[in-house]
Amino acid sequence: MTLLNAALQGVFLGAFYAVLACGLSIMFGVMRIINLAHGDIAVFGAYVVFVIVEHTGVSAFVAFAAALPVMVVLGYLLQLTVLERSLKGGILTPLLATFGLSIVIQNLLQLTFSPDVRSLGGSAGALTTASWQVTGGLSVSALGIVVLVVAVLVFGALQLFLSRTRFGWMMRATAEDADAAELVGINSRHVYASATALAVATAALGGFFLAIRSVFDPVSGPTQLIFAFEAVVIGGMGSLWGTLLGGIALGVAQTLGAQVHPQFSVMAGHLLFLVVLIARYGGGRIALRVAR
Amino acid sequence: MTLLKVDALDCRYGLLQAVRRVSFEVEAGETVALIGANGAGKTTLLRAIAGVHRPNGGRVELDGVDITTLPAHRRVGLGIALVPEGRRLFPSLTVEENLRVAASPRRPGRWNVRSVLDVFPMLQQRRRTPAASLSGGEQQAVAIGRALMSNPRLLLLDEVSLGLAPIVVDAVYRSLAGILSEGATVLLVEQDLTRALRVAGRVICMLEGRVVLEGAAAALDRDHVVSAYFGLRKPA
Repeated sequence: MTLLNAALQGVFLGAFYAVLACGLSIMFGVMRIINLAHGDIAVFGAYVVFVIVEHTGVSAFVAFAAALPVMVVLGYLLQLTVLERSLKGGILTPLLATFGLSIVIQNLLQLTFSPDVRSLGGSAGALTTASWQVTGGLSVSALGIVVLVVAVLVFGALQLFLSRTRFGWMMRATAEDADAAELVGINSRHVYASATALAVATAALGGFFLAIRSVFDPVSGPTQLIFAFEAVVIGGMGSLWGTLLGGIALGVAQTLGAQVHPQFSVMAGHLLFLVVLIARYGGGRIALRVAR
Repeated sequence: MTLLKVDALDCRYGLLQAVRRVSFEVEAGETVALIGANGAGKTTLLRAIAGVHRPNGGRVELDGVDITTLPAHRRVGLGIALVPEGRRLFPSLTVEENLRVAASPRRPGRWNVRSVLDVFPMLQQRRRTPAASLSGGEQQAVAIGRALMSNPRLLLLDEVSLGLAPIVVDAVYRSLAGILSEGATVLLVEQDLTRALRVAGRVICMLEGRVVLEGAAAALDRDHVVSAYFGLRKPA
């Protein structure tokens, strides 16, 4: 029963990782950018919500709804000002640019908010503490359910958007061949900027969940980035449903690992990531690359 | 009425100059064939007219409006559509999605998914098939149909017969004949000289980035065209 409960908690945790990973998957899928600032953007989103809560006293959920349009606009501008230029410089430049952005965001947050650890759990109402005891050893938290439902809704909505709407086709067309997309009248700059806006918005959602389910500080980003990155890789690069499943697999691995030993939790996730990498790309080839 | 005017156009790839001070005009309703050996600059010229290659000098005018610096997607809105070399379909999108994604809301007209499928009946059964699993001929049909979806005033065709079996090329050109007979303005690149002379009203021959011969297809002597094509002697 303890193991079953651990696995269930892992699903809830994994849904959170999947939300964090969603934007990373979008940006890689559409623009082939690996956004190293993704975790910091998520944390930045959490601080935006935090500021709104501090100044107005509204519930964290209301504050998040207010923060979302801000993040969308920031994402759009991020593409037009920084990422678009870096994309012209080859594959390595966006990696370096987002790495730099990551440092800039962390230091900006340190300067503005000090290194203090914060949480929005207190302003999210009873939701963060409510839970149900299903049977003896099996408990379900309200927040876990909320995160899981939101994750499935976000991924489902994205899938529908990409497969059924004209703008979704435009995004896929641009991802596959930006030149040809321009030739059929698609404004590729607008499509790229919209993809980044979408990615930043989902990153903010991930940051918001981080803030109400635990704590965050200005340097929380990189840890979140690693979990998000592992979720994307475990699920298969560029596949949306894969990212959701990858996140959940990572979460389950971590909670089951914690059953072995509390300090083994994160390690178990990394091991799963490694096993998937080796299974998919072959141990021999990885060894070759390391040897080279 | 002059629809397209190209004036002293220069295009480079780094140090390589692909198009050198090319000037010509295309009248509305005309079919003009652009011929020349590999590397003569035909594809680059079409790409510069469509807006996906930024020229280094000269002007491109559509209907008297300077469009030299306009991005490609805005030129589609003004009525230029290019069927690119190698077809360049969106592989994961179905045939119908490939067509519908190219529909320009600002350019309603004769062409829509239904009328394109009427002209290329072989696509009727393949509407829900991803473009990646089509045959070469079917892909070319989708590429042409996709360009038509924006109801272009000027249709640019780059080597639509490339890599297709002769019988498929015939089918593609039969469908094109119907489109041409409706008074569309077309500038096409074609390797097959006989076919180019048959389809086009006027022929422009390029050699090493320059226009070396230009004239009505009916009035041109075939030997003369061949020597201009390979640069065997200085054209008169």
